[in-house]
Amino acid sequence: MTSTPQSIDLGMPRSGLADVPGLAADATKQTKKDFTSDQEVRWCPGCGDYAVLAAVQGFLPDLGLRRENIVFVSGIGCSSRFPYYLDTYGMHSIHGRAPSIATGLATSRPDLSVWVVTGDGDALSIGGNHLIHALRRNVNITILLFNNKIYGLTKGQYSPTSDPGTITKSSPAGSIDTPFNPVSLALGAEASFVARTMDSDRAHLTEVLRQAAEHRGAAFVEIYQNCPIFNDGAFQLIKDRDSQAARLVRLVDGEPVTAGLEDSRQVLVREPNGSVVFVPEAEASGRPVVVHDAADPNPTAAFALSRLDDGTMTHVPMGVFRNIDRPTYDDLVRDQVRSAVDGAGRPADDASLDALLRGSDTWTVT
Amino acid sequence: MTTTPAQLDKVVIRFAGDSGDGMQLTGDRFTSDTAALGNDLSTLPNFPAEIRAPQGTLPGVSSFQLHFADHDVLTPGDSPDVLVAMNPAALKANLADVPRGATIIVNTDEFSKRNLSKVGYTVSPLEDGSLESWQVKPVALTSITVEALAEFDGLTRKEKERAKNMFALGLLSWMFSRTTAGTEAFLKSKFADQPEILAANLAALYAGLHYGETTEEFAVRYEVAPAAMPPGTYRNITGNTALAYGFIAASHRSGLPLVLGSYPITPASDILHVLSSQKRHNVMTLQAEDEIAGIGMALGAAFGGALGLTTTSGPGVALKSETIGLAVSLELPLVIVDVQRGGPSTGLPTKTEQSDLLQAMFGRNGESPVPIVAPQSPADCFDIALEAVRMATVYRTPVFVLSDGYLANGSEPWRIPAVSELPDIPVDFTTEPNAQDDDGNAVFHPYLRDSETLARPWAVPGTPGLEHRIGGIEKANLTGNISYDPDNHDLMVRLRAEKVAGIEVPDLEVDDPSGSADVLVLGWGSTYGPIAAATRETRSLGMRVARAHLRHLNPFPANLGEVLRAYPRVVVPEMNTGQLALLLRAAYLVDIQSVTQVRGLPFTTAELVQALTTAVDAGRPSVSATNGATR
Ligand code: SF4
Repeated sequence: MTSTPQSIDLGMPRSGLADVPGLAADATKQTKKDFTSDQEVRWCPGCGDYAVLAAVQGFLPDLGLRRENIVFVSGIGCSSRFPYYLDTYGMHSIHGRAPSIATGLATSRPDLSVWVVTGDGDALSIGGNHLIHALRRNVNITILLFNNKIYGLTKGQYSPTSDPGTITKSSPAGSIDTPFNPVSLALGAEASFVARTMDSDRAHLTEVLRQAAEHRGAAFVEIYQNCPIFNDGAFQLIKDRDSQAARLVRLVDGEPVTAGLEDSRQVLVREPNGSVVFVPEAEASGRPVVVHDAADPNPTAAFALSRLDDGTMTHVPMGVFRNIDRPTYDDLVRDQVRSAVDGAGRPADDASLDALLRGSDTWTVT
Repeated sequence: MTTTPAQLDKVVIRFAGDSGDGMQLTGDRFTSDTAALGNDLSTLPNFPAEIRAPQGTLPGVSSFQLHFADHDVLTPGDSPDVLVAMNPAALKANLADVPRGATIIVNTDEFSKRNLSKVGYTVSPLEDGSLESWQVKPVALTSITVEALAEFDGLTRKEKERAKNMFALGLLSWMFSRTTAGTEAFLKSKFADQPEILAANLAALYAGLHYGETTEEFAVRYEVAPAAMPPGTYRNITGNTALAYGFIAASHRSGLPLVLGSYPITPASDILHVLSSQKRHNVMTLQAEDEIAGIGMALGAAFGGALGLTTTSGPGVALKSETIGLAVSLELPLVIVDVQRGGPSTGLPTKTEQSDLLQAMFGRNGESPVPIVAPQSPADCFDIALEAVRMATVYRTPVFVLSDGYLANGSEPWRIPAVSELPDIPVDFTTEPNAQDDDGNAVFHPYLRDSETLARPWAVPGTPGLEHRIGGIEKANLTGNISYDPDNHDLMVRLRAEKVAGIEVPDLEVDDPSGSADVLVLGWGSTYGPIAAATRETRSLGMRVARAHLRHLNPFPANLGEVLRAYPRVVVPEMNTGQLALLLRAAYLVDIQSVTQVRGLPFTTAELVQALTTAVDAGRPSVSATNGATR
């Protein structure tokens, strides 16, 4: 075949939504109501999922997309009921497999905005394999991982993000598993967009969702979500106004990484051995201060930030850890098909298929 | 020396050697040259699961059997008329299959003390008289090849030795009056960039031809006249390639882009290979991280309106089961190809078996009916792919295709159809609301079924106004909303079953020349050839045997019960321990005589002739029926 491969435009960052049809300019503005289905929401009272649902329903109109071109795919778990409550296309699939289903859909349909809703058990336990491969392939999908550090739907067993020693029905003597740090995991899996946000911070959640939707490639968003029934207060230390101040590390691109307020403000600096450490602001002058750069092609700094939380929530970074451009799997798959079709010089038709079936070694019986 | 060729009506040749000796290639080339002469043929490659088992050992033996004739060929042949043994291991591993009196060509160069002892020969069988009843033709294949290539200074001795398979091919081509034009063209394109290797291979091929002509040893050459086949253009094709082409054709005829999600597995990987080279026909192949993701990708694509396909073997089906169940519940079109191999577990990866029928039928949680079709020959794989896609798209259901290792790698001449004459596969996506709510507003009910097919509408994302959610939780009839209602679940389970049971399949045709045979032999899948050959033989011995073959295993043809009851005895041969027999007994309450073997190889004609003879004799009052092969 004399194909002239289509050049893949790697230089120009394209929006994750570039191929998804938007509303006409003169269309009536969508509202939250347009994205609310007629199904009764059935999470427990006080569940953090309500806040995330409200934020997503409130945010989707901002994208200006046609509703029919948005698809939510989920796995199994409390959070995976999400698609039923959104008036878009949706699939509530099976445990852990949503990323693979979304991969097939997004690759064959560039005109869709494809979202995956999953939880810590769904994405990191039974579906761990699909998650890491969707991230490394960089499929153009947005993955929302609701992390409540517990199994909710099966009524309260420890999950792969539960703190060591967590007492549950299946770990009466305390859980002995080492938990995953989902952000570290995603970075290790070559994710091109990695962020963390929280159910209770509507503004921050919305801003992270906006950037995630805009990203072309796999966008991974960990959402800390409270489960008042089985793991209430798991994130209280970073939700309480008092304890929050010293612990929350808000990542802002181009700004030094800091924690704490005013007098007790700490600044992240790089040690001679390459590691990073918080020091009081007064001691930071003259030392190499870490300035956040989500677009850094080298993931080392982002990984170091992900390790600031050692599990004790002393310092918990929030925001976009990494946001880089690299070719997406689905674009590359489609490019290869397109260049094969173009290279053949004419579209596939009866004649081209006849030629394929004949091959090169035929004989005739008369 | 000039010889007048003797006429034969059929020949079975087996090439056997070490995995590294190039026996599959030699067999392939001989097959192509044979097909070009218009003989009908059937092939059986047989190779070890290990890519390179230790050289010269029994586990490392690879072989390729070819049966060609001047009439229609139904099997790769029970026993070779000619065995080519490239080393002592190949001789030892194959001798038991070679009938006394047959020809054995041995490469004497490899019969060294060391090679002999590797396979447990203390004395060379070429010298101890143990091969007296065969016509042994000793040829120093390796050294003659090396000598013939003496002037190729640029090649090492190893490289020269490697051309010995071309020498063997040349020799056999002379013996059986094959032309070598096809092989020459093949070598020229294969080694286009390596002129010296090309020249050496051609020289070895010609050396083999000349050797046959000039050596006293090979005084006879043979000719097999072309077979009478329906007019048309033919090619040789393996089952895996035919399946791949069938799905491309189905994609073309249905207008749906083909999306394959697959994880490599023996013996199904060639379908992935062929399809990944056909992007030109709008084929997307996604090599997944595992079997589960493979089917997940295919199902995701199907949700988006593509023709979703996943290809695997038995162990892969086990992993895909939960997703197949989801597809049953979602009622989306999807095709699952299972190229069966020996099991359980890893089993015999490179050997054939038909032991996944019950897995395909029942291997899921809950009441989860899935239609099943099975090709009966390598060429039939093409037609079965189109049939599977028709069922999947018309009835919105996952469909199983049960091929097997024998069909996958075996080949036969295929009369190439014209694409424009292939069956049409019309697909309608739903684009408008199909119901009204209580207030009279137009709404979409994703589970409002077609009254005839019971298929639900296929409304793909991107269709305005039909936004809906589907999932694996039980759905309310019509609306598709989550429903835990007991009566609704009962209804939905029965509707899904009724839909699959109601799929239109052609009636079973019975081949019964006498019109009142004593025995019906019924098969499915790749046993078609051996059963047909055995039936022909029993008839020639005067027995009245009827024959029928199932391509549809779920649902069965509507007339199957009637057919079964029309015969006093029904024999069902299977390469498992009686899976179809179990289904037939349960569905029709008829006595089935199950004839089974799981040796990783197809039935031989002889063992089926014996089983049928026993069944026929059982009907004769004076003869008592005892035979180990039937049970
Ligand atoms: S169990 Fe926990 S996570 Fe699940 S719905 Fe109830 S509160 Fe939410």
